[in-house]
Amino acid sequence: MINKTFPQGIHLKYHKDATAGKPMGTAKPPAVAVLPLIQHIGVPCAPLVSVGDRVFMGQKIGDAEALITAPVHSSVSGKVLAIEPRPHIARREVLSVIIENDGEDELHQDITPHPAWENLDPAALISIIREGGIVGMGGAAFPTHVKLSPPPDRKIDTIIINGAECEDYLTTDHRLMVEHPDHVIGGIRILAYIFGNARVVIGIEENKPDAIAAIRSSAGADDGIDVVVLDTKYPQGGEKQMIKALLGREVPSGGLPSEAGVIVNNVATVSKVFELVTTGMPLIARGVTVTGPGVAVPGNLIARIGTSLENLIEECGGYTGEPAKIIAGGPMTGMSVYTPQVTVTKNTGGIVVMRGEDLRREEPVVCIRCARCVDVCPVYLMPVSLYHYSRSLNYDQAENEYGLFDCIECGCCSYVCPGRLPLMESIKHAKAEINDRRQKQRGR
Amino acid sequence: MASAGEFAPGTSGKDAQSVASAGGLIVSSAPHIRGRDNIRRMMYDVAIALIPAGVASVYFFGLRSLAIILITIAGALGAEALIQKIIGRRITITDGSALVTAVLLAYNLPPTVPFWLPFVGALIAIGLGKMVYGGLGYNPFNPALVSRAVLLSAWPVLMTRWVSPFDAVTTATPLAALKMGGNLQAVKDLLHVGSDLSLYGRLFYGSIGGCLGETSALALLLGGGYLMYRRVITWHMPVTYMLTVMVMAVVLRQDPVFHLLAGGLILGAVYMATCPVTTPVTPRGRIYFGLGAGLLTILIRTFGSLPEGVMYSILLMNAATPLIDRYTRPRIYGRRAR
Repeated sequence: MINKTFPQGIHLKYHKDATAGKPMGTAKPPAVAVLPLIQHIGVPCAPLVSVGDRVFMGQKIGDAEALITAPVHSSVSGKVLAIEPRPHIARREVLSVIIENDGEDELHQDITPHPAWENLDPAALISIIREGGIVGMGGAAFPTHVKLSPPPDRKIDTIIINGAECEDYLTTDHRLMVEHPDHVIGGIRILAYIFGNARVVIGIEENKPDAIAAIRSSAGADDGIDVVVLDTKYPQGGEKQMIKALLGREVPSGGLPSEAGVIVNNVATVSKVFELVTTGMPLIARGVTVTGPGVAVPGNLIARIGTSLENLIEECGGYTGEPAKIIAGGPMTGMSVYTPQVTVTKNTGGIVVMRGEDLRREEPVVCIRCARCVDVCPVYLMPVSLYHYSRSLNYDQAENEYGLFDCIECGCCSYVCPGRLPLMESIKHAKAEINDRRQKQRGR
Repeated sequence: MASAGEFAPGTSGKDAQSVASAGGLIVSSAPHIRGRDNIRRMMYDVAIALIPAGVASVYFFGLRSLAIILITIAGALGAEALIQKIIGRRITITDGSALVTAVLLAYNLPPTVPFWLPFVGALIAIGLGKMVYGGLGYNPFNPALVSRAVLLSAWPVLMTRWVSPFDAVTTATPLAALKMGGNLQAVKDLLHVGSDLSLYGRLFYGSIGGCLGETSALALLLGGGYLMYRRVITWHMPVTYMLTVMVMAVVLRQDPVFHLLAGGLILGAVYMATCPVTTPVTPRGRIYFGLGAGLLTILIRTFGSLPEGVMYSILLMNAATPLIDRYTRPRIYGRRAR
């Protein structure tokens, strides 16, 4: 049988062998949890607790009055030591609630399981998902309740569940599907219930046969759930690529998947929805693959949100040498952090440690117009042209004629460039410049 | 700094642009891993792919061929180093690009040229064909072909003195014989072959008069296969180019196989129309380039006063490349065709 896939893209080395077969362990809860009040795309939360307060595990400690936001919960029980800016994975510093763990894991009283969720109406379920602080755990961290509330005029006919895990090194989605397929399927049933009769398609890359088998057997004879094997190709797990591969549809430029009648959710996210609804526990822990040549004993761990990367690396045997780069997320799209003291947030699926000798740091040479970037771009852009326009500050041309904002920032172009040019970096730069400029104009 | 409200984890703002080493850790923008291929590797792969044709040229035309190849290489590397030194740039003669240009130029010369000519040709290729535009990646025309065009107009006699293989007796190229004789019989008489099939065999093997590296289709295709195996080139451009010539040959009541195997078509299609710098970057553009070059080649061969048209076809299509790129931009995901 021919697997489904999208046009173009690249084949990575994958590097998943170190952890793909290792069962998910549980990381030690942090002695002090540092919980950033921004862990999602959208409006940052304001703290709901004060210094000195005693807080409980699962208690909401931050929220905002806005449509696109997601509350933050305490991942431990204990005392609020401080509310102050702390180093953050994706930015310099972010206002964070710092909680001293009393080790009791005392649950907050508001935590209510809903084992008979079929008796709730969809709106009530979406509100539970919002209050549980669920965001896209595949990396984007877009608030899930917003995704589940498309404008009423948009008919959602298909729910896509993303089990591709196409990034190098990462294996937590893989382990989740192998170890808890029932959670994934349970979450899918909740989503299917919310969307009435929408059909469900789960896409999994062919390099995870055990996950495919587990999910297939857990889905059983449920007719509404289709498990589809995808080619192992990056960025197969990108929302737009997933939709193209599974349905042959495209999301309109600048639009959302709902405009193509689809919503896409990651397997970890739906599994978390299931756990939240059936146990009442908000998103306070997630799977993290701790790996890379710079880690002594790579593994998969369930870590509380707010645990420092340092602690998780320690738990995996520490460093094998002098770490040169620590990446939060996968190496294609993740962020390199400036200190290992930053903490795991809701979208931290992996920690990849590289030593100096593992990094191929070659100087940019020159563009020889080989067109490899054009041939791999999964949204059919011309990265070479965007690069030249970005470098010559011709942002209008880049935006209006070469689709600057259609770039999904997958990094394929930079990966393949034989001239080692910072193609994607220049595209991101141009986007940031244009956004800055617009913001200044609005401010005037 | 963007406001907190617009923050999106995983999609950095300008902060991620700076590559800094803070507290011993390198901070840079994604992606954090890179593929293995680099320009040097691609260039040396092309040089390796050109070896069989070089061996064939020495076999057919003697050690003179080797001397011409070596002189061209020396001239090209020397010219590049000298120019880079004069203008105060880093010397990059080991990147393989000048080597490839030199070998391609040598393969485009008759085996009879005096030894100063390949040297002058190398200076023209590197100086006028490449460095005046800013060096590797910036030249609009294929440097080896620019040089050949200059040499052909400056020394037309020296550039068209052909000899037959092994015995070095003055002869004509098959394409010239066709042009003069008006039909394929003239070529068969020239090569003393009876049937079409044995004519094709000679052309494929390469024991005919012609430029150093263009005569043996066999050797050139071997190298082309290597380049495809190493994914330095794809089949699209060479196949489009060669097929266009063959189809147009049929349309013009000519022998398609003869036009494929005679002259510089395979050398041009596999090694020069695939030169990344001077050809389109868009998938459709590369097809159009092949179509255009094929059309021009057969038109020049059939209706022009020159027996061969590969060089001018590729140079003309090089000139059209920016325009082709502009009008063949791919349809972006989620948008209608332009």
